[in-house]
Amino acid sequence: MSEPSHHPTHESRQSLWRLIVSPTIWAAHFLLSYITAAIWCEKVAGRDGPLTGARVAIAIYTVVALVGIAINGWGGWRRHSYGAGEVPHDADTPEDRHRFLGFATLLLAALSAIAVLFAALVVIFFNDCR
Amino acid sequence: MLRSFCHSRFNATLALIGGSGVQSSLDPAGREAERIAALFWWMTGGTVVIWLSMVALAFYAIHARPEAHTEKRARLFIIGGGALVPTVVLGGLLTYGLSMLPDLIAKAPDGSLRIAVTGEQWWWRVRYVLPEGGEVVTANEIRLPVGEPVQFDLDSPDVIHSFWIPTIGGKMDMIPGRQTRLVLHPTRTGTFRGVCAEYCGASHTYMAFYAVVMEKADFKRWLEEQRQPAAEPVDPLTKQGREHFLANGCSACHTVRGIGADGLVGPDLTHLGSRLSLGAGFLPNDLETLTRWIARTNEVKPGVHMPHFRMLPADELHALAAYLASLK
Repeated sequence: MSEPSHHPTHESRQSLWRLIVSPTIWAAHFLLSYITAAIWCEKVAGRDGPLTGARVAIAIYTVVALVGIAINGWGGWRRHSYGAGEVPHDADTPEDRHRFLGFATLLLAALSAIAVLFAALVVIFFNDCR
Repeated sequence: MLRSFCHSRFNATLALIGGSGVQSSLDPAGREAERIAALFWWMTGGTVVIWLSMVALAFYAIHARPEAHTEKRARLFIIGGGALVPTVVLGGLLTYGLSMLPDLIAKAPDGSLRIAVTGEQWWWRVRYVLPEGGEVVTANEIRLPVGEPVQFDLDSPDVIHSFWIPTIGGKMDMIPGRQTRLVLHPTRTGTFRGVCAEYCGASHTYMAFYAVVMEKADFKRWLEEQRQPAAEPVDPLTKQGREHFLANGCSACHTVRGIGADGLVGPDLTHLGSRLSLGAGFLPNDLETLTRWIARTNEVKPGVHMPHFRMLPADELHALAAYLASLK
């Protein structure tokens, strides 16, 4: 017997979009940080000027990105932990597909969080626009 | 003292393993090159440790414990070895590398020697900016005082080049339309080789130069000599050569200070005879090579902008080369 359509594991409620939320946040963080630093150094601080304003902005982007990734990752964790299934969630059932998508979302969130931290690491070491 | 002894032994060992020479990053003669060499050896050490760990794991899986593992243990291997350890190792290397960068790209202190180098297809225009104003122009060779920071202001009028003296420091691109900067601290005297490290056209391979690190007093004397106008010819052959230089239009492209030759298209030749090489670091600076260079320029260096002068009679070529060689 299939689950009712409002049930969390029902096929109509599964979406691949949640998988790419975290990598998209990572890409947006990278792009925003890059553009902010470029505009700051070119238009505001000058070639040897301090990076202060851009560092603050990148710190804010980083916190926002990590919170977004954490929320998405938490959603993935909940789907991964649904019921009593064990990884690798490869059974041909709606429940295991539900868990598998959650697990993949969780792993991509972890990867994206590390990538965001690696990108943000740069502004810890650089004080100016050189 | 023990520390200093150990340090020198360590450096000697590194040079032995890494090779030495006028163009080796692993035989450093500059503060920046020392840090880059250290980074290289740390990376190499890390790679060896990772490789040995992988071999040990393979041995463990095949010989020590060939039976199936519990799921928990297998997961520990996958998450630990496949995700945690690489993340920690990469994070560590990234942090170590980034922590080096601010010093490597720092501006030289005020009052430091400044040298403006322009990369052109396929040679180097070199200008020493004097603190009291004015500049000393030369080409295809760079001389530096030992133990002092030197700031290079780099640019290019044609295509992207890259300025690199591996033994003294890192490389920096020379980009048309903008000025880039590189600061080097030579730590020992010697003659080293620099190259263009960005493919820039047909004769990219032949775009090199010698970098001579000298004692401070020697450098000061050399710079003062380079500041002087060209030496007056003292014998009939070189006098004749000077006349040929002017009559054949060489001065439209080349500067020889003191004789009214002020062309800016090609390298300044005021002290050509004192340089270690011809054609930008790849030919010996002797009379025979100089004659061949003038007569068959394009054969010697493909694509070079200077036209050949093989139409000149042999005696004129000889006199011209003798004059240029006399410009010490």
